[in-house]
This record gives sequence, structure tokens and C-alpha cells, in this order.
Amino acid sequence: MLINNGLVYLIALPLAGAAILLLAGRRSDKWGHILATLLSASSFAVGLLQLSQMLGRPTEQRAVEQKLFEWISVGSFQVDAGLLLDQLSICFVLLITGVGTLIHIYSISYMSHDHDRRRFFAYLNLFIAAMLLLVLGNSFLNLYVGWEGVGLASYLLIGFWNQKPAYATASKKAFIMNRVGDMGLSFAIMIAFASLGTVSFAGIKEAAPHASTASLTAIGIMLLVAATGKSAQFPLQAWLGDAMAGPTPVSALIHAATMVTAGVYLITRSNFIFDAAPTAQLLVVIVGAITLLFGAIIGTAKDDIKKALAASTMSQIGYMILGAGLGPVGYAFAIMHLLTHGFFKAGMFLGAGSVMHGMDDEVNMRKYGNLRKFMPITFVTFGLGYLAILGVPPFAGFYSKDMIIETAFNAGGIKGILLGSAALLGAGITAFYMTRVMILTFTGAPRWDEKAHPHESPILMWLPMAILAIGSVTSGFLLSRGDALVNWLAPLFAEHGEHEELLKPIVVTSLALLMVAIGVAIAFMKYSRSEVSNTAPEDVSFLTKIVRRDLLQDDFNEAIFMRPGQALTSTLVKTDELVIDGAVRGVGSVALGSAGALRGTQTGFVRSYAALILIGAVALIAAIWVVTQ
Amino acid sequence: MNISLTLLMALPLIGAAVLAALPKSNALLAKQVALASTILVALATIAIAVGFERDNTNLQYVESHQWIPSFGINYAVGLDGISLVLILMTTLLAPIVVLAGWNESQSGRWSTKTFYILILILEMMAVGVFAATDVFLFYVFFEAMLVPVYFLIGGYGTGERSAAAVKFLLYSLFGGLLMLASIIGLYVLSGAQGGHTFDTQALSHLQMSSTTQNLLFLGFFIAFAIKAPLWPFHTWLPDAADSATSGTSVLLLGVLDKVGTFGMIRYCLTLFPDATKTFTPTIIVLSVISIIYGAFLAIGQKDIKRLIAFTSISHFGFITMGIFAMTTQGHSGATLYMFNHGFSTAALFLVAGWMISRRGSSTIADFGGLQRVTPVMAWSFFFAGMSSLALPGLSSFVSEFLVLVGTYTRYPVAAVIATFGIVLAALYILIPVQRALHGPTTPGNENLSDLTLREKVAIAPVIAVILFLGFYPSPLLKVINPAATHVISQLGFSDPAPTQLGGK
Repeated sequence: MLINNGLVYLIALPLAGAAILLLAGRRSDKWGHILATLLSASSFAVGLLQLSQMLGRPTEQRAVEQKLFEWISVGSFQVDAGLLLDQLSICFVLLITGVGTLIHIYSISYMSHDHDRRRFFAYLNLFIAAMLLLVLGNSFLNLYVGWEGVGLASYLLIGFWNQKPAYATASKKAFIMNRVGDMGLSFAIMIAFASLGTVSFAGIKEAAPHASTASLTAIGIMLLVAATGKSAQFPLQAWLGDAMAGPTPVSALIHAATMVTAGVYLITRSNFIFDAAPTAQLLVVIVGAITLLFGAIIGTAKDDIKKALAASTMSQIGYMILGAGLGPVGYAFAIMHLLTHGFFKAGMFLGAGSVMHGMDDEVNMRKYGNLRKFMPITFVTFGLGYLAILGVPPFAGFYSKDMIIETAFNAGGIKGILLGSAALLGAGITAFYMTRVMILTFTGAPRWDEKAHPHESPILMWLPMAILAIGSVTSGFLLSRGDALVNWLAPLFAEHGEHEELLKPIVVTSLALLMVAIGVAIAFMKYSRSEVSNTAPEDVSFLTKIVRRDLLQDDFNEAIFMRPGQALTSTLVKTDELVIDGAVRGVGSVALGSAGALRGTQTGFVRSYAALILIGAVALIAAIWVVTQ
Repeated sequence: MNISLTLLMALPLIGAAVLAALPKSNALLAKQVALASTILVALATIAIAVGFERDNTNLQYVESHQWIPSFGINYAVGLDGISLVLILMTTLLAPIVVLAGWNESQSGRWSTKTFYILILILEMMAVGVFAATDVFLFYVFFEAMLVPVYFLIGGYGTGERSAAAVKFLLYSLFGGLLMLASIIGLYVLSGAQGGHTFDTQALSHLQMSSTTQNLLFLGFFIAFAIKAPLWPFHTWLPDAADSATSGTSVLLLGVLDKVGTFGMIRYCLTLFPDATKTFTPTIIVLSVISIIYGAFLAIGQKDIKRLIAFTSISHFGFITMGIFAMTTQGHSGATLYMFNHGFSTAALFLVAGWMISRRGSSTIADFGGLQRVTPVMAWSFFFAGMSSLALPGLSSFVSEFLVLVGTYTRYPVAAVIATFGIVLAALYILIPVQRALHGPTTPGNENLSDLTLREKVAIAPVIAVILFLGFYPSPLLKVINPAATHVISQLGFSDPAPTQLGGK
């Protein structure tokens, strides 16, 4: 390993931006957004420099570590503030700073009318710094700081317009559900330290072969809990839809391209744990498969364009989690889908923002229609993202999603068939709800409100969309050409033997495309051939109603956790006053020989207290005198 | 520069004497003298900390003079890493409290100068209680501290201040009497075993039957559990915090309550090692109950001061759990927690105090939308809240995580249950944050003024300490670790080895 002193700048640059903008306050209103964007871009430049240096080194020396200082050191619990840049983290660094910078640029224009634009950019920079720490930390505890740091940034940005009570509630919900997941990360670290004596990635990787399957499984399951919270996976998925309260660039950066994929990073980073813990791995694929269907189903009933995309994000991350749960053969595909998704989903979110920009912040797609005429660039860039997420060759999603479906089928036995079928079905539903979004937004008759004045967005907004669209077209091809990404990441993962092929790749591809065609066709029949109402129809089936209520996710959480919790809290508050305090008062009153003594006149009590101190002192001296005689 | 602990205690007394000589009418001068005195004490403590040899586990800055020779009572003081850190916390917080609560003596029953005399006397006694190495001297400080606090709550507080002051007094008194009985017991025993003494180190070598040891232990422990406070001895705290001025609350929860947890380490563990082992499971259970119970009660509060008081009950549960986990991580974490909690609670109480004095109400529902009316005050409150919920990157995370990981290696079930406290902490912080800072501006709040320069100067160092120690706790840990390791090894404990690597 080389000592490389450049790593810290990746984090320090955006962190400095956040600090300057927050401390300077309104004084930096005029230039804050420029500074923040430049710092994010410089961090991207440092990332590119690191990549070029990494490419210049032989494979076994590509990873670099930097110890910054001793962070926590008590007994055998030794944790340095240390950074690790390897083949995996560089992928994230470039995604975070690259897409991050594009979204900074977009936001300059998108947020230009907001009184608090500077504060927005401060949070964005804070997010970039925390996310980089998350992927660069060389131990689980360093990762934890970034992990909760992005949670904080996410909270602040979801609640950026928290003067609206619903938005404030959404941000609180996200923070609390994430904390439930974070608890899993805490447990994982505690178990790792208690059983293996270390919390660093390198240390655990070295110790893992000596550990029992039971403790590795426990660590793995707890890491999965953490991943479900941050990545909005079942059963901790319910916060993501509400998180769309944040400004749209935030949804693109944090709740689509980067932060919500942290769970995939965590599982991939901990591959040496999961590979040795089959039960934990099985749970990972189950969570992935459930969520990819869950998100896709929810997505079919969303009229809010951002919430439809959020449901889609949940579903697509389900694919990544599924891929990561498939072990060494799947990690690279999970990361590939993560990267391609970063392009096409961020692009589509920015497109949604562009649409909202022209439609007076309307998010209801039933009040859109025929926008391709008025926003051609948005239509084209969004459309390329659409083709990518569907998995139409040769667009990006085709390469990454197809590989996950194929690998799932090849997982073996009934498990493989179930997982593969779920992934295949998900692809069909994805095609349906995404086509629905396209039709409702860009085609058909206009169903606008009076205040809408659709127009193409300014260049600062469409340029990032265009760049991301290029990524949506090319990234899959580039990453999979000659197995580029697979080979790049291979040194990090255990070797895997050749799996028997359940289905030939061409069969899987054909099936996937067939499913997509069916999904698209159903959407066309349902939404393109008849007039779309600008209000959601009420006379729908019971099933549709349940899907509209997000498969009752909030009802469940409220019934099982929130209301009993509230009842418990109010009971405890009452009990504390009546029983515990009451008992003490009773004892006190008896002891002092007068009922209601505690509420009596205070002068009387000063006297009794003085008397008691006096008695105490006399008793002490008397006792001492007695025993010393 | 040679500064003794006696001089350190004399400085606030000199300040108090100067104040006493001032005319009552000049309130501003009284404040300035008080501020100057507390700053001087803080600087003197820093000088002591600089001269402290951190790898030396013997007591340092030792002074011992005969006080009441016929009873073997000495004026004996000295420092180890744990007491140094607590004295540092006390004297650093004192000037901040004075500056932050510049005007809070105005609504008092007595004059401004009396208020600051009480504060300075309290500071002197707090230093004394942490520095004492003679049990009797400790007891004297422990009890005498009640007097200034009593008058600070009863004379300068709000609401039902008299009742709260009395409640506080009676609880403490009850504990104090139990401790007194134990102290007498120790003294009697020492007489039978080679000579009467109150010296802590000499007492730690006494031979006792297990029944005697258990009874004497309980006398000390209950007194400390009331002080800390640990569930179910906690009910005095919310009332006291509710009535006290915010500066007094900082001293009460931030400093005085630490005497309880400090006393557990210095007296319960050191003097009664066998009884400690007997009662440890019970105490761990009480700690876990405190953590969860305090958090639920905090969630249910409608009054901001009571809410903060209940968060402290939860936090003290972490501290006692760390102390009795008997691992170096738990023990060092608990001591660091005491320091960090001092600053974290100070931030919460001081900002809450400013909010309350501006709004004229401490009911959370009366606030709303402050983020857009008074941004600096709102941000300070938010930051304090993040510190209270132990956000990584802030100081409380380091100590809380050390306590949890240190407890997990010996008592995994307790640690796991306690970890649920971090979710509850998010609730008890974010609920008041949302109600007070977010949403539309509640009528009556439109014209609230933001923090003044004086208030910003007061809160800035607190925020700086919380941030700095979050990323770089080493300066404190290096002082605490040797002392904590010493305590653990004296009790015959060593850290559990990693369970999976035993056979290697």
C-alpha cells in the first residue's frame, strides 16, 4: 500500500464549502452557490487524478490508505480516522462528485428564485463530504460517521422547505427510520469488536476465516438491517416516498443516485462477511427480491411524478441488493447497475424537475400532457433515461439489469427460479409504470392548470440533463465492454467458479425483452388509447386502493409501532407522576410526620433542613466519639 | 507556574468575597466580577491540566493537612485523570453559565450579587467534591453543595420554585444521611483495623464481611443514585430543572449530578469491590431502565425544560451502565460521557433558556417556525439536539459508542436494549425540533429577536468543544484511560478477549 496524501482533499473541499456557507450566512448569498459548485467540481478533479494514479499502478497496489489521526483509542478498541481508496470506492467517488457537480450546476438555476439558495448549497456540499466519507472510511466506525452524516444532510434537504408541516414531518420520518437501520450498523460493529477484536475492514477481512458462521451471520444480518434503512428496502422502505418533499435536485442526487445506494455499497464492501454467512446472504436476496417487486407495484399507482420515480428507485435498488446478495458472481453487476442507475435515474429526476419548473411546481402527472412539444430537450433526455431503465439494448440499463436477472436465475435450484422470475416480473412492471409516466407527461392532450406555462428550461438545467442522458446511453456498454468493470473490481472479491447455466443468456434477454414489451403494451392500451382524467378515478378496485396506499406500509407502521408507542409514552408519563413520584412523596410525608409536607411552606422546610443537617452532624460526631473511646 | 488545588478552590471564594464587598445597587459590576473570577478559575484549571502527568496513575497535586486530628479527619485533596476531567468540565462551564445567564438573576428574590456569590461558592464546592481524597471531606462538600443550589432554585427560579427546591433538598438529604451512616460504619471498621481514618486509599484496604460491605455499599450507592439520578430515584430532577434558571440547570444537571456518577467510581467501586460485583447485575438493569424510561418520558413531555431533564436521565443511564460494565471501553466511555454530557446539556439548557425568556413560555407548543425568525438561535438549538442524540462527528457519539461497545463485550443483552435508546433519542430531539423550529411561524413569535452578541459568544465555545472532541477526543481519552484502566484492574477485571479468536 502506498501512502497517498491526496485522499483527504476529496472530503475536505466540499466540507470547507459547507462550513464557509453556513458560517458566513447571508453574506455569502451572492457567491455561495458558485463556491459550492466549484468545490464540488474540484473534488471531482481530485477524484479523476486519483483514478489516473490508480490506473498507473499494478493491480495489487491499486488500493491506497491514508491514516489521518488516531480517533478513538481505549484498550484494544483502536480506531484511526483513516481513508481507503480502492477499485470499489473510486467508482463511488466519481459517481458522487461527478453527478454531484452536475446537480450543483443544475441547482444554480433551479433554486435561483429561492431566498435560501445559499443554505441549499451548503447542505449539498455537506452531503457530498459525508457521502465521500461513507465510501472512503477504512473501518465500519469511520463509515458510520459518513453514514449518519448523509442521513443528517438528507434530513436537512428533505426538510429544506420545512415551513410546510408535511415536509417537516417527512424529514423527521426519514431520519427516524434511518436511525432504526443505523441501530443495525451499531450492532454489527459491536458484534464485530466483541468477536473479532477489530472494526476495520482490513482487520475483519483477515479475522473472518477464524470466526464462526454464527457470528459472521449475526454481523451480516445487522449490516443488512442498516442497508434496508439507508437504501429504503423492505421493511424500512416507507420513508423514501415522503422524502420527495425535498427540492428535486436533492431527490436526484441523494434519493436516487447516491445516498440510497449506500446499502449496496455496505454489502459489497462487506463481501468477506456475507460470503461466509449463507443465511445472511439468503436474507439479502430475499429483501432485494421483495423490494424490487414492492417498489415496482407501488410505482404503478403513483400520479405524483416524483413519487413514481421514487418507487422506481426503491425497486431498482432492490435489483442491486439482489445482485449483491448473489455473492462474488453478483457484486460487480450490483455495482454496475448502481452506476448506470446513477446516470439514468438522476437524469430522469432532473427531467422531472425541469417539467415542474415549467408547470408551476405541479407534480401530478394527470395535470401534464403533451409536454414534448414544449420541452423537447427534457423530453429527449428523459426518454433516453426511460429506455435505459427499461433495459432496451443498447441503453445502459440493458447491460446491468440483464446481468442481474441472469445471475439470479443461475443461483441454482428453486431459489434461482424464484429470484430470476421475480426479477423478470419486476422488469415487466417497470416497463408498465415508466411507460405510464412517459405517456401521462409527454404525450396525449394537455390537462394543465391555468398557472402552468410550459417552456424549456435554461441551459444550466438542460446541460446536466444532457450529460446524464449521454451516460444513460453509453455507460452500460462502456462498463461491460470486455467485462471492464467486472475485471476492475475482481481483486476485491473472492473468486467464483463457473455456475451452471439454467438459462442461456440469449433466453434471459429474450424473456426480459418480452416482459418489457408486455409492460409497455399494457401501458399504451390503458393510457394512450383513451382520454386520461385530470383527477384520479375513485371507482377503482380494492387492490388498486391498497396499491395507492403504498401497500399499506404507513398503516402498518402506524398500527404496529407508532400508536402503541404513543400509548406507552403517555401511560409512562402518567405513571411517573402518580406512582413513582407519588410513592416517594408518600414515604417522604410519612417520614416527616406530616401529610402533604412537600407542598408546605418553604420557610418551614429550610428550618427542618437546617435541623436535619444539625442532627446529622451531631450524630456523626457523637458516633465518632463513641467509637473512639 | 505552580497552582495547587487549594488555590483553585480559593479563587472562586476570593471572587465571592469581592462580590460581597460590592454595593448591591451595581448589578453590572457584580456580573463582571463574577465573569472575571470564573474565567480566572478556568485558566487556573487549564494550567493544572497542562501540568498533569497523564500516564501516572498515582494521585497528583496531592495536599494533605490535619483538620480534626482527634477523629483522623484530614483536609486531603488530589487528582486522577477522572477527577481532573470533571473539574475541567466544571470550571470551563462556569464562565459560560455566567455569560449566558447574564440577566437571569433579575427576577430573583434577592440581589444579583447574591446570585453570583452562590454560583461561585457552588463552583468552589464542586471542585472540592471532585478533588477530595478524604471521605469526610467529600461528605462535607457533598452535603454543603445542596445549600447554594437550594437557594439558587428557591430564590431565583420560576414557577413552583420553592416546592421544587424543597423536593430537591429532601431527596438529597435522604441520600446524604444514608451515606453518612456508611461513612460512620467505615470509620468504625478502620478503628478496629489499625487506626481511625477517613483516607480513601487506606479505607480501600479494609477487611469486611460481605454483609457489612453490601450494606455500606448501598449507603453510598443510593446517595449517588439519587444524585445521578438513576431510575427510580429520579423524580426530583424534572421538577428542579423545570423551576431552576437555565444557568442553574446547567450546573445542576451538568456538574452536580456528575458527583453521583463520579462517587460511584471513586467510592462504590474502590471501597467495596466485592459488593460492587454483587450489585453490578442489578445496577446494569437499573441503568438500562433509565436509558429507555428516560427517553420515553422525554418523548412525552410538553415542556422543554422537563424534556431536557428526562433526556439527562436517559444519558445518566448510559453513564452508570458504562461504569459498571467493568471494561476499559465502558469505563473510559462513561467518564468521557460525563464531560460531554456537561457540554451537550449546557448547550440545550442555555439555548432553551434564551428561547423561553424571549417567548415567555416553556411550553413547546408555544414555539413554532423559529428557524425562519431567529435562525442563529434555532441552529444552536438544533446543534445541541444533534449532540444530545449522539450524532457521529459530535463528542457525545464517541462516548456513547464506547459505553455501548464496552458494555456489549460483557453484557450483550443490556447493550442491545440500550441501543434502542438511539432511536428514541432521535424521537425526543426531532419532535421538539419540528414543533419549535419548523412549520409556519406561530402567532406571537414573529418578532422574537435572534441571539445577541453576548449569547453568541457564550454558546460558540460550547459548540466548538462538542465538534472538536467529536473528531479528536484523544486529549481527554489519554488522560482518562490510565485512570479507568487502573480502576478496572484494581477490581480484578480485564477486558474480555475477542470471542472468535481465542484458539488462535
